Amino acid sequence: MKHSWKKIHKHVCQAVLAASVALTSLSAMAKADKIELGYPEKEELKFGFIKLTDMAPIAIAYEKGFFEDEGLYVTIEAQANWKVLLDGVIDGRLDGAHMLAGQPIAATIGYGTEAEIITPFSMDLNGNGITVSNDIWRQMKVNIPKMADGRPVHPIKADALKPVVEKYADEGKPFNMGMVFPVSTHNYELRYWLAAGGIHPGYYAPHKGDTSGQLDAEVLLSVTPPPQMPATMEAGTIYGYCVGEPWNQQAVFKGIGVPVVTDYEIWKDNPEKVFGITKQFAEKYPNTTIRLTRALIRAAKWLDENNNANRPEAVKILAQSNYVGADAEVIANSMTGTFEYEKGDKREVPDFNVFFRYNATYPYYSDAIWYLTQMRRWGQIDSDKPDSWYMDVAKKVYRPDIYEKAAQSLIDEKLMSSSDFPTLANEDGFRDPQTHFIDGIVYDGTKPNEYINKFSIGLKAGDKI
Amino acid sequence: MSAKLGQQLTAMLMPLVGVLCFLFIWSLSASQIETSLGKFPGPGAVVTQVGNLYNEHVSERGKEEAFYQRQEKRNAERLAKDPSYVVKVRAYTGKETFVDQIATSLITVLAGFLLAAVLAIPLGIAIGLSKALNSAINPMIQIFKPVSPLAWLPLVTMVVSAVYVSNDPLFAKSFINSMITVTLCCLWPMIIQTSVGVASLNSDWINVSRVLRLPALTHVRKIVLPATIPAIFTGMRTSLGIAWMVLIAAEMLAQNPGLGKFVWDEFQNGSSQSLSRIMTAVFVIGLIGYMLDRGMLLLQRWLSWDKASASR
Repeated sequence: MKHSWKKIHKHVCQAVLAASVALTSLSAMAKADKIELGYPEKEELKFGFIKLTDMAPIAIAYEKGFFEDEGLYVTIEAQANWKVLLDGVIDGRLDGAHMLAGQPIAATIGYGTEAEIITPFSMDLNGNGITVSNDIWRQMKVNIPKMADGRPVHPIKADALKPVVEKYADEGKPFNMGMVFPVSTHNYELRYWLAAGGIHPGYYAPHKGDTSGQLDAEVLLSVTPPPQMPATMEAGTIYGYCVGEPWNQQAVFKGIGVPVVTDYEIWKDNPEKVFGITKQFAEKYPNTTIRLTRALIRAAKWLDENNNANRPEAVKILAQSNYVGADAEVIANSMTGTFEYEKGDKREVPDFNVFFRYNATYPYYSDAIWYLTQMRRWGQIDSDKPDSWYMDVAKKVYRPDIYEKAAQSLIDEKLMSSSDFPTLANEDGFRDPQTHFIDGIVYDGTKPNEYINKFSIGLKAGDKI
Repeated sequence: MSAKLGQQLTAMLMPLVGVLCFLFIWSLSASQIETSLGKFPGPGAVVTQVGNLYNEHVSERGKEEAFYQRQEKRNAERLAKDPSYVVKVRAYTGKETFVDQIATSLITVLAGFLLAAVLAIPLGIAIGLSKALNSAINPMIQIFKPVSPLAWLPLVTMVVSAVYVSNDPLFAKSFINSMITVTLCCLWPMIIQTSVGVASLNSDWINVSRVLRLPALTHVRKIVLPATIPAIFTGMRTSLGIAWMVLIAAEMLAQNPGLGKFVWDEFQNGSSQSLSRIMTAVFVIGLIGYMLDRGMLLLQRWLSWDKASASR
């Protein structure tokens, strides 16, 4: 007995010693990290994207050599649709991709395809619009107040669309609109806009096997890949859609539709795409992960630098057929600070695409939580969750720790200055309560359940489909 | 004599007349069709795009050279810092030009086709030789033959991603996917034609083989194979034609590199040049399909047993 006690004592001593050695070496490693980043573990990477202007940071990081500066040899490949892209990242065909912010979140909570995907980098703010066909616009226009010069007053609310939708319902005709993916920003923005105007966009009920999102719907929303939106609307399958650029301006150029509202007007400076990688990739290749984040941060900064001075060059790059490929003048319309609504009605929207200002690249927990609140609001999350659950999911998916390391090392190497990251020193991962929504509702990321209960249309605490 | 000359003249002139008529009707109707991406491309637009695509190819090669120079410099710097570093040259990461896409598609179709030939011809011979084997396998062939390989594509994609796991793969997954899809559609015509050819072998030759008591393998090598070469080649020609059509569609669907992806990307771009670039690709696809068919025909004539015996 005595003997064994001695043995245990010895073991404990050894364990403590081993742990302290491990800790000191770990902290030494952490320090070494700050001084010099290691070489990337994986140098040849393949990134996927969808043909949209907000993939710009990836194209710029490639064309301006920021990836190569990090020792990364990146191939960039357009994908057919968001589903193919997500599957590509999950099965390893792609190392990372331009993603809808909802995709990593939905994958992590197991809505749709289940996989652990994280994001160290938020790609942009704003950049989407809602477009309706010429015919619907003609019917909406009579409900919209005019300015002195005869042009309609913006922002246009869905109130103007409501009588049109009611007319279709009276005639027994379904009112179809398109969005790009069930967990896309566009789905939530279109739903937000419709609901703010008193139009019900329908619920999801995944626990009952209903993933169409059309339960109780007054407007039927369905999935169409971004580049096909104008063609689908032209064919009359949908009467309108919510999509990123250049596919709203394309409708204006083709003369087939009118963008009625931008997402900037639905929620000023809303978070948009993210850069997604699998958790496994980040754990296996930590240096590669930090280095690719660094390249993307530098690209985002380049895009917004000197008051958007580089945007015309960016437009030329994006117009190449291997990137977005639309005509340069179509891309330029939104990328250079203006937006053309009805043909000839071009207005200033200086922040239509934001890539770096206003901490656009920082992966805020509060952004992730907003997406989760909308998933709950529309039934994709079928039951109530405590506030702490929202926080836990956000922490799993959004990884400001990686971002901060990347940003700090850029500052240390004098590639960027600390004034580029004004809030980096004491960032808690939450934006201040957001007040710029089209319906005036305030969003505080620390109180998701309270937020969900504020909406008149949508599931609230205790509701179940 | 003059009648013969007239015939020759007609034989030479008629194709030209046909092509000219086609070009005339095309350019006339193209100018009438107004799409939301502008006018439908006529012959002139296609010629312009051929020039554009070639220039893009040349400028991309220039970029490639610069890429390798930068890489060399970077490698040298790293070697100076870290002498244990094993220098690695990475392939160019820029976009695939139209010419690259043509090469990719051609390599894929030939790889899939050859794989199918290696599988199908021995199987076809075995089926042709043995009635029992034939009746055992025939139901499967009949069921799978009419299935479009594109229906297999989702299954192929999922299986390849699950099975073909390697850290440093020799071939890209997309290449394997396209190749297997091509193989699947090449298989059936080749098996069927080969087995029919073997089964309808001249009974005299079989009797000769019996009298000489040839061993089974020698029987196949000396009697069966030479006699069935025309049938095998008929099967190969049919399947290569189908394979080329299917490959383009598979590339469009699965976004695998190649001419199909080129067409789909251009469709998605929706720029004012997209339609004329797609039209150019259509002609290139047609021309390559035609050349593949001619190539198989030449090979068949060259290898055919009958012709060889006749010339002797």
